[in-house]
Formats: sequence, C-alpha cells, structure tokens
Amino acid sequence: MHARLKLFLPLILFGILALFLLRGLSLDPKEMPSALIDKPFPEFSLPALGGDAKLDKASVSGRVALFNVWATWCVSCRVEHPYLTELARQGVAIYGINYKDEDAAALGWLQQLGDPYIANIADREGTLGLDLGVYGAPETYLVDAQGMVRYRHVGVVDERVWTTVLLPLYTQLKGEGEG
Amino acid sequence: MIPEMGHFALIIAFVLALLLAVVPAWGAWRRNVYAMALAPRLAIGQLVFVAISFTCLAVAFLQDDFSVAVVASNSNSLLPAIYKFSAVWGNHEGSLLLWSLILCLWTSAVAVFSPQLPLLVLSRVLSVMGAVAVGFLSFSLLTSNPFARLLPSIPPDGNDLNPLLQDPGLIIHPPLLYMGYVGFSVAFAFAIAALLGGRLDASWARWSRPWTNVAWAFLTLGIMLGSWWAYYELGWGGWWFWDPVENASFMPWLAGTALVHSLAVTEKRGLFKSWTVLLAIFAFSLSLLGTFLVRSGVLTSVHAFATDPARGMFILVFLAIVVGGSLVLYALRAPAVSSRVSFSWVSRESLLLFNNVVFLVATLTVLFGTLFPLFVDALGMGKYSVGPPYFNAVFVPLMALLAPVMAFGPVSRWKRDSTQRWKAELLVPGIVAVVCAITLPLVHADYNIWVALAVLLSAWLVCGLARDVWFRMGGSAGFPRGLRRLTPSYWGMVLAHLGFAACIVGVVATSQYSIEHDLKMSPGETDVVAGYEFRFLEVAQVRGPNYLADEARFEVTRNGELVAMLAPQKRRYLASGSVMTEAAIDPGVFRDLFVAMGEPIGEGGAWAIRLHYKPMVRWMWVGSIFMALGAFATVMDKRYRRQRSSATSTAHGTEYAR
Repeated sequence: MHARLKLFLPLILFGILALFLLRGLSLDPKEMPSALIDKPFPEFSLPALGGDAKLDKASVSGRVALFNVWATWCVSCRVEHPYLTELARQGVAIYGINYKDEDAAALGWLQQLGDPYIANIADREGTLGLDLGVYGAPETYLVDAQGMVRYRHVGVVDERVWTTVLLPLYTQLKGEGEG
Repeated sequence: MIPEMGHFALIIAFVLALLLAVVPAWGAWRRNVYAMALAPRLAIGQLVFVAISFTCLAVAFLQDDFSVAVVASNSNSLLPAIYKFSAVWGNHEGSLLLWSLILCLWTSAVAVFSPQLPLLVLSRVLSVMGAVAVGFLSFSLLTSNPFARLLPSIPPDGNDLNPLLQDPGLIIHPPLLYMGYVGFSVAFAFAIAALLGGRLDASWARWSRPWTNVAWAFLTLGIMLGSWWAYYELGWGGWWFWDPVENASFMPWLAGTALVHSLAVTEKRGLFKSWTVLLAIFAFSLSLLGTFLVRSGVLTSVHAFATDPARGMFILVFLAIVVGGSLVLYALRAPAVSSRVSFSWVSRESLLLFNNVVFLVATLTVLFGTLFPLFVDALGMGKYSVGPPYFNAVFVPLMALLAPVMAFGPVSRWKRDSTQRWKAELLVPGIVAVVCAITLPLVHADYNIWVALAVLLSAWLVCGLARDVWFRMGGSAGFPRGLRRLTPSYWGMVLAHLGFAACIVGVVATSQYSIEHDLKMSPGETDVVAGYEFRFLEVAQVRGPNYLADEARFEVTRNGELVAMLAPQKRRYLASGSVMTEAAIDPGVFRDLFVAMGEPIGEGGAWAIRLHYKPMVRWMWVGSIFMALGAFATVMDKRYRRQRSSATSTAHGTEYAR
C-alpha cells in the first residue's frame, strides 16, 4: 500500500502547481509597484518638446494628472495613442514624457496622429525616466494634486486598464483634491 | 470565401479528432477490431482537414486579405511574400493552428509507420493523440479563431509583421520547435497506452524510442535556432537570456534528454519502468506548460503573444485534464513494486540513473526559477524577477557534474562492471584530457582557468568516446571492417555526445573571452578589438522592400590585411514605424566579429556603436546540430526495422487483442 501511495506524489505536486497557475491568471505581472508610490514626483528641469521653454515640477503640478512616458520608437505607444487622445477629449489631464527620443520625430508624430498632451517634457537623455524608475515605454503614472505619485502602470493604457484600474483611483483623487 | 472554407475544414477536423479520441479507445476497451481499425484512417482524415484549414489561412495571408483579423494585424501588402507566409505563425491564432497541424502530422506518422504495432496498442496511442488534438482544435475554434473577419470595416492595409520576426531564422524556428514539443506527445501517448493496457514492458520502450529521439532532435534544432536568432537579430550579441519563454522550451528539452536515456535502460534491461513512464508524461506536460506560460500572460517575457485570461483559463483546464488525468492513471496503474532485475552500483544502469537525476534536477530548478515570480506574487510576497545569475549558478555546476560521468557511459557495461576495468579503459583518455586542458587554452593570449576546465571536461568526453569507438571496432586489426559493425544508434550516441562536448567549449570560451566595446564613433574613426581594427567608413541610406535604413559601413582589418566588410543597419519599418537594429557579423570557426548600431549621437554624424569579438560562439550551435543529427541517426538503426518485419505477423497482434 505504501509503495502505491508514493506514486501519487507527482499528482499532488502537479495539483499545487496548478493552483498557483490558476492564481497567476488573475495576477498581472506587468503591474509593477514603483518605488515612488505615495512619494513626491521627482524634481526636474527639462525643456518642453518643440520649444526652448523649460518645464519643471511646479509647472506641471496642481491637479490630478496622468504622466505618460512615450517615444516614437515604441511600437506599443502607437497602439496606445488613440485611446489617450480619447481620454484627453473627455477632459483627463495628460502630460507627456517624451522619453529618449528625437524632437523632430516626436513633433512629427504629434502632428500626424494628434496631440493629447497638455505639455510634453522632452526627456532626451532619460534622466527623468531614471528618477521615475521607468522600465520601458509606454508607462503611465497617476499623480495627485499635491504632486504625489499614486499609481504606476507599465504597458499600454487601453479601455480595460482605464475603466478597471485607473478611473476608480482617478475619480477618488479628484474627489479628494476638490473636497 | 476561402477563410470560411478554412474555418469549416477546422470544424470537420475537430469532429474527426473527437471520433479518433472516442471510437478506437472504445474499440480497445470492448475489443472491437472494426472500431480499432478506424484509428489510422481517422488520423489521416484529421491531418487532411487541418492541412486544408492551414492552407486557407496561408492563402489569406499571401493574398493580403485584410478582412481577416489576424492578417490585418500581422501582415502588410509591402511584406515580402516569404514573410507573408511565415506571418501565418507569427501570431497566436496562426501558431496554434500550426501546432495542431504538426500534432496531426505526428499522429498520421504514427498511423502510417507503425504496421508492426499490435492493433490494440496502436488504437490506444492514436486515441490519446486524438484527445490531445481535440483539446487544441477546440482551443482554436472557441477562443482563438484564426479566420475571424473584420467586417464591415476592412482596413486598407495591414499593421505589418513584427519586424523582429521578419527574418529567415524565424521562418523555420517555430515549426522546428513545435515538431519537438508536439513530438513528445507520441512518447506521452505510448506511455498512456501502456498504462491503460497494463503492460509496461520493454516493448513499449522500443516502440516509443525512435519517436522520442526524433522529437528530441527537432526540439534541439528549434532551441538552437532560437538562440542563434537572438544572437544576430536582437542586436546585443547575447545568445541565451533565461527568459521565461526560452525556459518554456528548455524544460521539455531537459526532461526529454532524461527520457531519451531512461528509455534506453527500459528497452535494454526492463528497468526504471515507472520512472520512464513518468518522464514521458513530464516531457509532454512541460510542453503544455510552456504553451500555457507563453499564451496566458502569467509571466512577462519579450516573446509573449497577445494574451488573454480566457485563453489562459482554457489551457489551464486543458492542462489539468491532460496532466492531472495522466498522473492519476500513473498513480493507479504504474508498477509499484520495483523490478526484480538487479544491477550493481558500478554499471551502466547507475550511470544512466545519474544522468536522469541530473537532468531532472536541472528541469526542476529551471521550472522553479521560471515560476518563482509567480509563486511569490500569488502568495502576496511582492514582485520578484529571477535573472540569469540564479540560473547560471544552479545550471552550470549541474552540467559540470554531468560531464565527468558522461565519459564512463559509453565504455561501461550493463548490469555489472568493475572500476578496475574503467581505470584501464580511461587512463589514457584521462591523461590526454589533462594535457589538452593545460596546453590548448595557451593558444589564447591570457590563460583562463574556466576555459581550461571546460577543455578538460570536453577533451575527457571526446577521448573517452574515441577510446570506445577504437575498442568496439576491434582496434587497428579491425579497421576498417570493424567500423561497419557499429550500429547507427551507436554512431548517433557518439555524435550527440561530441556535440555536447563542443557546446561546453563554445559556451565557456565565448562567455570568458568575449570582448565588447560600446563607443561613440564618427565616420573615419577606428577602434581596435582583440587585434582587429574596425574602421567606420560611412553611413548610407538604404531602401529595403518595406523599410528604410541607415547603413553603417565598416572595414575590418588585421595586421593590415582585409578581414571583412561589415554593414550593420538601423531600419525603420514603414508600416509600423518601428526601428530595428540589424547587426552585421563576420562568422568564423574560432571567432565571430559583430557590429551593431545604436542611436545617432549629436549632429556630427556620430553613432553609438557596439563592437564585439566573440570567440568560438558558433561551437555551441554546431554542437547542437551534432546532437540533433545524432538523435536522427539512431532511428536508422536496423533494430527498429528488423523488429518491424518480424512483428508484422498478425499472430503477435491478435495475441495482444485477445
């Protein structure tokens, strides 16, 4: 009897593995916490895209906004772009962080595909990205009215991500900011 | 119209698979010869309809039918025809269809090339494979229909195939890999059939052995191509990243390697029966697990397909049924009592047991490392990623442990051997290996202890093999007559082991001696890497069929003599706008020279340039090819053919069917 029981071992191990895999389906590995969650957005002073004006933290704070890290070399950003435009149309404040990109190409992109951003920080060397802990493009940070980073999303923001993850938090922060 | 035909053919194939899964299995249970005899026909019918379906999808790609969703998102009218064809499997839906097609190919191959198999066994084997096909075809039909249309708004042009996949290596990499993955379904089906029949004897090992070797060979080639592609296409000169998807293909390979060796013991000596069955189940289960990991989005990877939790759930349920079901069957039917055949600790059996333990431990450590991020995340302990340091730290010592023992394998005898004899056999090879290890690394400028160790291990392996070949053909007296006495399966083993030795040297030499220069270069500048002078001549604009590129031109000289002209490119693909680095490589037996372009720097025409000197990097791919060829060679063995002619007599079959 004992010898037979031993043969059930692989089955039991597989059962445990399957439970983990099941749990894994409802987890998103791309959902990465940022070291900056609930910490202030880093200070910076960088040119605005397509101009000589400097942008710093003060000029982009004061309201609940999304900070979208994008670049023309990033394929997924192109996929994400129409939905950002749609969000901007709905009145969501979006700042762009044009990450390790060429100004000319980035301006061409905005001219061609539309510009959902209030302003774009030209982070040509990726210094702001480094401070933020950017993992790749696209990434989107939700920052509250006090300039605190409240959420980080790695990957494309689409309707599902917006309605299930970002929108609830966004409405809540909006409420706090105004109330 | 054509996509609908394809869809319809897929439905018919599904029905045939369902019949194949049920009717012959029922026949085997009720001993109904007519029901059992349907199995081969159903298998071939299934292949025909999946092939029709696949052809329809290929036609949709080649004709730029952008009303089909997968074509619109993975092809483009500017794409060269060959890539339009390979785009068929450059996406989730199409690659799943390819998977099904290859499964049906293997099923039909078993049906056609197994006239020696007793009908009872054949019908069970084909039924099991039919059941697997039911799973994959319903996965296609229910969650990933490749023929879904974008109606009524047909896009004017497609999104283009991911430029990374527009590469000759990637045309054949997935089919080879799938041939391997799916090929393990044959060993799996034989194991399940044996468990169902309750007859776990040497014969099932003999039947499934050639199939397993072929599947293993394909998987080896597939993984090798993937590594080679990563090396020249990703542009940073790496060849293995321990990425979850790479691991997904590597785990079945490791389990398969254990299986290939364990089957030898089961066939020759009737030992390790339960163990071999379990390995057969493992190898295929790991193939399925790989499919799950790649397509469910559970782990992040550079390779992942567009993922969808519904698909993940489907594969998980399927995985649970196939793996859970077979492990239940295993627990209930595998022989619990250990075999009465005995062997001493100094024998070929124990050496092969050692091989099995090493490969199983390797499989489990890779599995653990791959799933570790998932484990900690599921337990709410945070986010982790497991990188190459972990894998290298556990994997390299395991292989280093394996190699010394490998030389004993071929020389050793079954059942009982003596250490005295081993000492006599291997003393000379051992001395030669030590001499090689001391002298050969001196060829390179700086003596490196790791390279010396790698040379020691592989020289030990090679000399041991040479000693064995010499001994078996009867020494100089037997030459060349003795050579003919050696069987293809023996030569296959020699070839595969030589390939492994080449891999060791290649991997270690290239990791230890590689030189990389990342620097800013303007046209006219030069840089010297390992004695090679790279002169940056100019940057030119080049136009390809569906991309524009900046092409840097380099002249490589050594001691004033021209070695190569290299022209790496930075391509901007027109349809997607994505930018891709195309490295330029001058290959060689003892070294590769590798140039890749980074980003332009400043206005003066300077570029970030990456120059690599990679010694012996090709050895691991050539070694892998040797391993694969060795495994293919074993199938030529007369043993399997002779068996065929003697066993075609129906007497054998009816004895089983009784």
